Amino acid sequence: MDGIQGFMYPNEMELQWGLLIVLYPFITGLVAGAFILASLERVFDVQAVKPTYRLALLTALAFMLVAPLPLQLHLGHPERSFEMYLTPHTTSAMAMFGFVYLWYLMAVLVVEIWLEYRKEIVVAWQQSSGLKRMAYGVLALGSSNISPESLRVDDRVGRLVTIVGIPSAFLLHGYVGFIFGSVKANPWWSTPMMPIVFLFSAIVSGVALVMLMYLVMTWYRKVPVDMRCLDTIARYLLYAFVIDLSLELLDLAHRIYEADESFKTLDFMVHTRLFLSQIVLQMVVGTLVPIALLVFARVVRSARVRRVMYVMAGVLTLVGIFAMRWNVVIGGQLFSKSFLGYTTYKLEFATREGLGVSLALLVLPFVVLAGLVRLLPPWPDASGGRRDSLPS
Amino acid sequence: MPFDRRAFLQQTGKLLVLTAPAAAAWDYVIAGEADKAPGYDAAAHWWAMIIDVEQCIGCGRCVQACKAENGVSLEPHYFRTWVERYQIDPDDPEHPYVDSPNGGYDGFPETTKAGVKTFFVPKLCNQCADSPCVQVCPVGATFQTPDGVVLVDKDYCLGCRYCVQACPYGCRYINPETHTADKCTLCYHRITKGLQTACVEVCPTGARYLGDLKNPNDPIHEFLRTHKVQVLKPQMATHPKTFYNGLDGAVR
Amino acid sequence: MPPFRSYEHLLRLAALFAVGVALFLGLRWVLVPSDYGRLGPYRAGALAANQARPIVYAGQAACIDCHSDVADLRKANSHARISCETCHGPLAAHAMDPAVAAARPDPRAICAVCHLPSAAKPPGFKTVNFTDHAGLEACTTCHRAHAPKL
Repeated sequence: MDGIQGFMYPNEMELQWGLLIVLYPFITGLVAGAFILASLERVFDVQAVKPTYRLALLTALAFMLVAPLPLQLHLGHPERSFEMYLTPHTTSAMAMFGFVYLWYLMAVLVVEIWLEYRKEIVVAWQQSSGLKRMAYGVLALGSSNISPESLRVDDRVGRLVTIVGIPSAFLLHGYVGFIFGSVKANPWWSTPMMPIVFLFSAIVSGVALVMLMYLVMTWYRKVPVDMRCLDTIARYLLYAFVIDLSLELLDLAHRIYEADESFKTLDFMVHTRLFLSQIVLQMVVGTLVPIALLVFARVVRSARVRRVMYVMAGVLTLVGIFAMRWNVVIGGQLFSKSFLGYTTYKLEFATREGLGVSLALLVLPFVVLAGLVRLLPPWPDASGGRRDSLPS
Repeated sequence: MPFDRRAFLQQTGKLLVLTAPAAAAWDYVIAGEADKAPGYDAAAHWWAMIIDVEQCIGCGRCVQACKAENGVSLEPHYFRTWVERYQIDPDDPEHPYVDSPNGGYDGFPETTKAGVKTFFVPKLCNQCADSPCVQVCPVGATFQTPDGVVLVDKDYCLGCRYCVQACPYGCRYINPETHTADKCTLCYHRITKGLQTACVEVCPTGARYLGDLKNPNDPIHEFLRTHKVQVLKPQMATHPKTFYNGLDGAVR
Repeated sequence: MPPFRSYEHLLRLAALFAVGVALFLGLRWVLVPSDYGRLGPYRAGALAANQARPIVYAGQAACIDCHSDVADLRKANSHARISCETCHGPLAAHAMDPAVAAARPDPRAICAVCHLPSAAKPPGFKTVNFTDHAGLEACTTCHRAHAPKL
């Protein structure tokens, strides 16, 4: 059999979960990370990152709307996927997914965005005409109440929603880690650290994405970059990265030290079939280099040079976190559960689960985001971010 | 005279347990009403399997019979049951050489290695009592029947493949035609009519035996009492109901 | 407590959510299969669905029904405990309608399936080097398939 080395159980030779399943945790990770960044300002009152608050929320929404697509495309029967809502099997981690997702989308993200933008929505409703007027009317739920009192109520409720949203975001992405981490049959996946590693790498990727989006948007709008904001985001990215790296190193040290029955097989796999994606892309290019850039940026004086370093760090971070998802999902299926053999992942281009579809799914959230930014501009009055217009 | 296990299982098992209901059920099969065979009370059975490694000759008839009986795709590497051959160098038992050419469907080419310990191991779904595949199904499309068989509801399965990932033994695959999970059903359509599973039926050496743990007269109880049996990967705590006699420690 | 006017939009949102939940519960009531949960967290009808496969292998009892003479022939010999379909392949079609031919296996190839030598076969299982033993002759020249022991 081509691509097979050693012995694999006959049914294991073909991978079950491919690139689409790599994409899903990557996309939901960006959602969770962007939301955590937004909540930094809202709940922990980190004023410096205010200019990115709305952008982070819209980014989270855009990616969250696209995230179910790779899952649907991967299913053997996508038309039956609603069964997870009808008859969720409560012993299955995946069954509760539908409800966690729905909760986070509807009760957290959409509500928070609605409360944040309500004033602009009502104003736009009153000032536009035709189809646009109808759209904004629906978004306003037919209520034109934007009195200072109501906006104060919105602010308090919004804060509560964000507070609830933080553990919800943890749950949203933590359960993806749990879905892998609880599979006792697979020693590459089975570890209690999996949800935590997934979560922190999600935070890293989401923060990096918002940082990059902010730079893109300011360049597009031809306005000066708020360096205090950018430096603060970069600082939080570094903190998250340090935690993420520590967790990954702990997992690695633990595996090497314990050296259980799976170790030799996994070690061989990492050094051969996963060398490029794990050692080169995830570890060096995707973690060590960005951390170095973020550390050195702290002593660089020139704002321009710092911006370049941040762009490089942000892009490499996203590459690295994508590689991490790849290594977990694909890596977990490259070796045999007999520990006697290895297989290869055959990625095609123009099939339902192929590279073409995956690239399209990576581009789609940005298209959605562009639409959202037009509908609900993050910076309507160049004030940057959250409404400052609350009466004292 | 050495204890003839083959005789023990096949004679007493087949004649005592199955002939009468099988004959009765056959009338229904002949009449074309296979699914109406009466008198099957699921709660009265708890199915298990014995694989006697010391009897298996690697002929592959079980693999062929299973594919024919259950309509399993002949396209390579979809198997509800398969046979593995182990060749173990006594100086290096940690690294056995294992092969399973087309699952053992056409038997095995003669081994060329010299001085090795070598034997065949038939594999199939272990019908675990504590099955991880049943645990992880998000919609309840795979389940354990009241008589201990793990089945798939192919009209309800989404094809998410979580169960395939969760099986430690590699028993599951996605059916290329229905795009749903698939695996050994212990020939549920046969055993509920008093017939043997297809693989047990055609095994020429008695290496496979279908037992009913709830039947006090079933020879499986005596067999389990008098032989040193093992299950595959006991550390996974899946409580398999497929018991292997004569299983070497090198078997994965 | 702020005046009603300042939070009535939140009540509209809550109403929307309530409608959504009600819709979901309604859909659920309509769409969940009626036999789901009867025997466990699965559709009870799946048991019958799994039972409704056509039988392909008849089983030895069905063969003996008509071919008791062959059964008698095999009785005291070494192939007594081998099922008919092991060599003859699936026979349910033939058992249901004897006009459907039963396969007669090739008299040398079928023996080779089991009796070719292999180091992996258990010691004590009779194997023979075919060319040394019989040249190119078919096995049935000397051995009767149903009572091979001479």
